[in-house]
Amino acid sequence: MIDTTKKLTPKERLAIPPQEMPAQDPIVRRRNMEEVALGYTEEQAHLEALRCLQCKNAPCIASCPVRIDIPGFIAQIAEGNYKESLSILRESNLFPAICGRVCPQEVQCQSTCTVGRSLKDIDKAVSIGRLERFAADWERLHGELEVPSVKPPTGKRVAIIGSGPAGLAAAADLAKEGHEVTIFEAFHKPGGVMIYGIPEFRLPKAIVQREIEILGRMGVKIITNFLVGRTRSLKDLLEKDGFDAIFIGSGAGLPKFMGIPGENLVGVFSANEYLTRANLMKAYEKGKADTPIYPAKRVAVLGGGNVAMDAARMAVRLGAEEVFVIYRRTEKEMPARVEEVAHAKEEGIIFRFLENAKRILGDEKSRVIGIECLSYQLGEPDASGRRRPVEIPGSEHVIEVDSVIVAIGNESHPLLLQTNPEIAVDKHGHIITDETGKTSMDRVYAGGDIVLGSATVILAMGQGRRAAASIHAFLMGNG
Amino acid sequence: MHRIVSKKQLSEEVFRITVEAPFIAEARKPGQFVIVQRNSDYAERIPLTIADADPSRGTITLIFQTVGKSTHKLAELEEGDYIQNILGPLGRPTHIEKFGRVVCVGGGIGAAPMYPIAQGMKQAGNYLIVILGARTKELIIMEEEMRALADELIVVTDDGSYGRKALVTEPLKELCQASPRPDCVVAIGPPIMMKFCAETTRPFGIKTIVSLNTIMIDGTGMCGGCRVTVGGETKFVCVDGPEFDGHLVDFNNMMLRLSAYKEIEQKAHEECHLEMQLKEMKSTKGKGNP
Ligand SMILES: Cc1cc2nc3c(=O)[nH]c(=O)nc-3n(C[C@H](O)[C@H](O)[C@H](O)COP(=O)(O)OP(=O)(O)OC[C@H]3O[C@@H](n4cnc5c(N)ncnc54)[C@H](O)[C@@H]3O)c2cc1C
Ligand code: SF4
Ligand code: FES
Repeated sequence: MIDTTKKLTPKERLAIPPQEMPAQDPIVRRRNMEEVALGYTEEQAHLEALRCLQCKNAPCIASCPVRIDIPGFIAQIAEGNYKESLSILRESNLFPAICGRVCPQEVQCQSTCTVGRSLKDIDKAVSIGRLERFAADWERLHGELEVPSVKPPTGKRVAIIGSGPAGLAAAADLAKEGHEVTIFEAFHKPGGVMIYGIPEFRLPKAIVQREIEILGRMGVKIITNFLVGRTRSLKDLLEKDGFDAIFIGSGAGLPKFMGIPGENLVGVFSANEYLTRANLMKAYEKGKADTPIYPAKRVAVLGGGNVAMDAARMAVRLGAEEVFVIYRRTEKEMPARVEEVAHAKEEGIIFRFLENAKRILGDEKSRVIGIECLSYQLGEPDASGRRRPVEIPGSEHVIEVDSVIVAIGNESHPLLLQTNPEIAVDKHGHIITDETGKTSMDRVYAGGDIVLGSATVILAMGQGRRAAASIHAFLMGNG
Repeated sequence: MHRIVSKKQLSEEVFRITVEAPFIAEARKPGQFVIVQRNSDYAERIPLTIADADPSRGTITLIFQTVGKSTHKLAELEEGDYIQNILGPLGRPTHIEKFGRVVCVGGGIGAAPMYPIAQGMKQAGNYLIVILGARTKELIIMEEEMRALADELIVVTDDGSYGRKALVTEPLKELCQASPRPDCVVAIGPPIMMKFCAETTRPFGIKTIVSLNTIMIDGTGMCGGCRVTVGGETKFVCVDGPEFDGHLVDFNNMMLRLSAYKEIEQKAHEECHLEMQLKEMKSTKGKGNP
């Protein structure tokens, strides 16, 4: 046993085994909506924190999108100073309890961690995300709700469109500077994808609601059921309602479909629809919720990202007996977080790699009865260096399913742009901004998925903060 | 929160409510709709077309039929009660212009969303013919309002209990055969009615607009639940519609998609009826129904 009370040598630190994340038993959690990953115990957090070598060059910081002082916050956990640890986290990341849970750490901070490199296994890198979550949860469970101080009112008013991570982050930073901030949200509940898309079992809604509550205490007003572009135009917000600036964080809306025959059959859903029914409309609480969910025993999910994993795991929880994830490439190329893929496998999801849907088959009532797929093999590397999947002629085969969920990504939300042609967009419909987040329309800024395409919570948050900084500079006359 | 300022039962199954929604009252145009959700917790989001609006009072009028559990619960609300969420106005407004001779066909509850369109068409200087149809006399709504507006009004019922005993497609066909021919037809009603109206006008090549009422969740283009096939392409009713060229809509697919949750809904609806009966039995001094 190592004596963890003494100052450890790097060798001793490397010898501490990586701490496993405690999780609900897969058999049990297949039938409940509660969080899967349970979080480190204090002892585990201590041991994991001791694994950090406190590198001088800290490569992890450089590969964190918001440049958290990672060795700094970890050192405080090792010392048992959880409050200080969280303060360090909060300097760069407004929502550590959320990001600790949903960031793809294995391609960000943990991908360059010296510990993982030394042990020649990136899975053995310091679990930065789990430690981040630990510090944030500790405060949530033991501390008071701390409301950041707000500067005296500037008399300036900012409208934020959309209450996803981009909008919430922009709102928080602008409110701190003393501006009067109003968030307009189309849905009846704020939080964006974090509320309607990412399921409870991965990101408990209470955590998101807590962050929103803090904003409320900082004086941010949230108006739900308000679709900018229809309920009121951007122009009216600026000209009639007297907002001095606008931030658009309306997210990636429009779900993509494959464009294959049978996609409009009964029983085919976009992942957005399926997850919204289940999460936001609470269809999983059968008997209580008025919104129905399509009953299916065998489900095919098309795609390989986080959205596909969430849809597949949700289907299991809603009573499906067999769930297939159909993905054109191999496991290595899947964009989903590694932890989610591992959890999905434990929950019995069947992965069909190197396969792709060709058409969806229906019965005489147009209800889904199967999906015809083609098999693929890896061919020559393409421009990106990845080996391109090529179809194997004649490999058609049918998987019997009664529902198909399409999770192959989103295109940009069309509505605001339909109604505001003066905002310049690229060929994918994403808003074009300069490096400060400014759009081609005067006093209008944008960030998050509507600018980046489908991205991540942390990138959306980072863009919200960047735009907030330039809106602040503009409002104070230094823009 | 939206207060119900007035409520009227138009027939056994049809209700008219006027609710406070100042932003929507100001912004709405004919053909647009709202999504109504009784409360944020467990209630369903239901799309309803805006039948009328009064921007000066900040109210909108909705007319709905109790077809399922959610509309039943909506009908239980009384004057002074609140609806928690109303989102709108949604969808593209009707394209209104001076076509010349316009026929507006309102089937059943479809007469309600037809009213502002008929108004718009009349104001644009069109010669307006309105056909109202329903299963039976009881279910004919908006007759007086339409009579005041239209240059010609034709009322039909399936069972002949009122007006002419016919389906709406019969007078529609006669109008198409007569001279001068209609320049534009707008049909709103049950999908099957819209389908047959489109079939009726097709051989005459008369532009026919239909307003689709599909299953919806968000109403903002995010979920794709409202998608339909129009001219071989997938369209989202909430952002691309609700109005489409009736000659291009794949009605068969749309009707099948509408029935996706039929069994679940029927069960919920029956349970809801049972509950209501139980309630009535318990509170005999209740609402006055014997
Ligand atoms: C199922 C799913 C799982 C995901 N998992 C992960 C994960 O594990 N890790 C990760 O980092 N990322 C994940 N993502 C991606 C991540 O959620 C998004 O990148 C992020 O939420 C984008 O934030 P945003 O603020 O730009 O937009 P959103 O979160 O999309 O929020 C936009 C909000 O704006 C509202 N809105 C849109 N138009 C209007 C309008 N005109 N007026 C008013 N309101 C409007 C919308 O209703 C919505 O609430 C996932 C996404 C999905 C769908
Ligand atoms: S790279 Fe790894 S070991 Fe080095 S400071 Fe960052 S987390 Fe610690
Ligand atoms: S209702 Fe969701 S996209 Fe139309």
